[in-house]
Amino acid sequence: MKIFVCIKQVPDTETKIKLNADKSFIDTTGVKWVMNPYDEYAVEEALKYKQAHPQATVTAVSLGPKKRVIETLRTALAMGADDGIAIDAPESLDSYVTAKALAKAISGEGVPHLIFTGKLAIDDNASSVSQQLAEFLGLPHATVVSKFEAKDNQYQVEREVEGGSREIVQLFGPSIIAANKGLNQPRYASLPGIMKAKKKPLKELDLKSLGVDESEKKLDFVDYMLPPEKPPVKFLDGDVQNQVQSLTKLLREEAKVI
Amino acid sequence: MSDVIVFCESQKGELKKGSLELLNAAKKTGKNVLAVVLGPQWKSISNLPALHGSKKVFVCTDEKLKHYNPQAYSEVLNHILKDQNFEIILASSTLMARDLFPRLAAKIDAAVVSDCTELDLSSGTTVRRPMYAGKCTATVKFKDGVKKIILIRPNQLPVGEPDPSATAEIIEVSMPILDLKTIVKDVVTGTSEKLDLTEANIIVSGGRGLKEAANFKMLEELADTLGATIGASRAVCDAGWIPHSMQVGQTGKTVAPTLYIAVGISGAIQHLAGMSASKVIVAINNDPEAPIFQKATYGIVGDAFEVVPKLTEEFKKLLN
Repeated sequence: MKIFVCIKQVPDTETKIKLNADKSFIDTTGVKWVMNPYDEYAVEEALKYKQAHPQATVTAVSLGPKKRVIETLRTALAMGADDGIAIDAPESLDSYVTAKALAKAISGEGVPHLIFTGKLAIDDNASSVSQQLAEFLGLPHATVVSKFEAKDNQYQVEREVEGGSREIVQLFGPSIIAANKGLNQPRYASLPGIMKAKKKPLKELDLKSLGVDESEKKLDFVDYMLPPEKPPVKFLDGDVQNQVQSLTKLLREEAKVI
Repeated sequence: MSDVIVFCESQKGELKKGSLELLNAAKKTGKNVLAVVLGPQWKSISNLPALHGSKKVFVCTDEKLKHYNPQAYSEVLNHILKDQNFEIILASSTLMARDLFPRLAAKIDAAVVSDCTELDLSSGTTVRRPMYAGKCTATVKFKDGVKKIILIRPNQLPVGEPDPSATAEIIEVSMPILDLKTIVKDVVTGTSEKLDLTEANIIVSGGRGLKEAANFKMLEELADTLGATIGASRAVCDAGWIPHSMQVGQTGKTVAPTLYIAVGISGAIQHLAGMSASKVIVAINNDPEAPIFQKATYGIVGDAFEVVPKLTEEFKKLLN
């Protein structure tokens, strides 16, 4: 019973973003890379499933620049995943090629029982790879999942929809589940876990070995820009009554937003 | 010349504002606009796509489309699209569209890009979107000849004037929707009937400065007065005061309303990233050094518990 979890490294949320010289990407100098926060929920849910189903194995899969991919896979292995698949690929892949390569790598391991991912990666916030992976593998998917229950080959999830409403969705057979915050409380890697992770199997693949070509990309992100500098804040003076009166007046007459 | 497809969503018998914005953007290209509306709720829509410039409207009123279902929706869309000559599909970047269109893109071999904030179709296709939750932006460069699915955040583009005399050919599509591997069993309605944060035009957001969960009541009064949606900082969501669905920031929702009012939020970098694209930002905080003021248009240094009730009163006077 093979459980997969797809993970990615992203700049820590506290990172102050700077651009590289030709504005073709961010300047990655000094960036602290961490496992995408939503992927931590995905890893935890896969490990919880394994605890309840001792015949299950958890394989962590990651795609990107090799050094970072291996680093984040080691974290997943230290948390408790059984083995890892590292797919070496350039930073600049789009979601289409990423999903295609993940689909090939996963189907190369046999029939997946369940695949967990984060609902999105907080770098490009695209929230695309899980659904594209599901389509390429011909599996049902559910995204933004905050509750997951398994019963035999049937799954029931709660997912967030508009305005804080929740849908209760059933999925039948092998499925892809994209985790939202609230699904669980991810565990920390223990010291023995970190030691054990060093000996766990880690397979190294690249795009070529998967028969996927970067030229299949549908799009690139170019011409990065930092947000325009904002003019300094206008502090409103006087007592509270004066402050709120000036504010409402400015919102109506100057900013024209109410 | 290829046509432009606009995927329309409705809520409570009306096409959403985001859909109207895209119908207008599509109409301005001078190309034929083909609208798609899925679900039996089509029959009760009052402001039909025809009035906003679409020449043909594809509808499918199958009961299985009443609730969004990724498999059913992508199969029906694929069925409609396979006979059309199009290069661009536009849809509002809603939670539903963000779930559906990546799946469809993989099915029809198209490019997909979500959460875009700028769209210019006057010559070619120019699209920009935030990256790193708004810490920077980038232009989307599509490969030559690919079909493009572009999801645009609501409230970014103008809505055109409806033309009451306009008509469109309605094409009712039916196809067997079989062997669904996902089923929506139930929908648990949230506490809020308001627009989702990602679609709201005005957001009133609270942070740790409100001291405890019960004090969000004060923000609700302000939000009700303005017809705004409530948001919150990560700290108060993590503390369990407010559900995660209301969190604004890099690990919550990235938003760009016309007006964002931040109350008692100091402005952690990941929160600022998620809201700094808002057109006008008001910050109310007792600490004049709080980072939120670096992003704010207007600032009030003061006690939220004194300022907010008075502000609500003032808005009531102004808006009634």
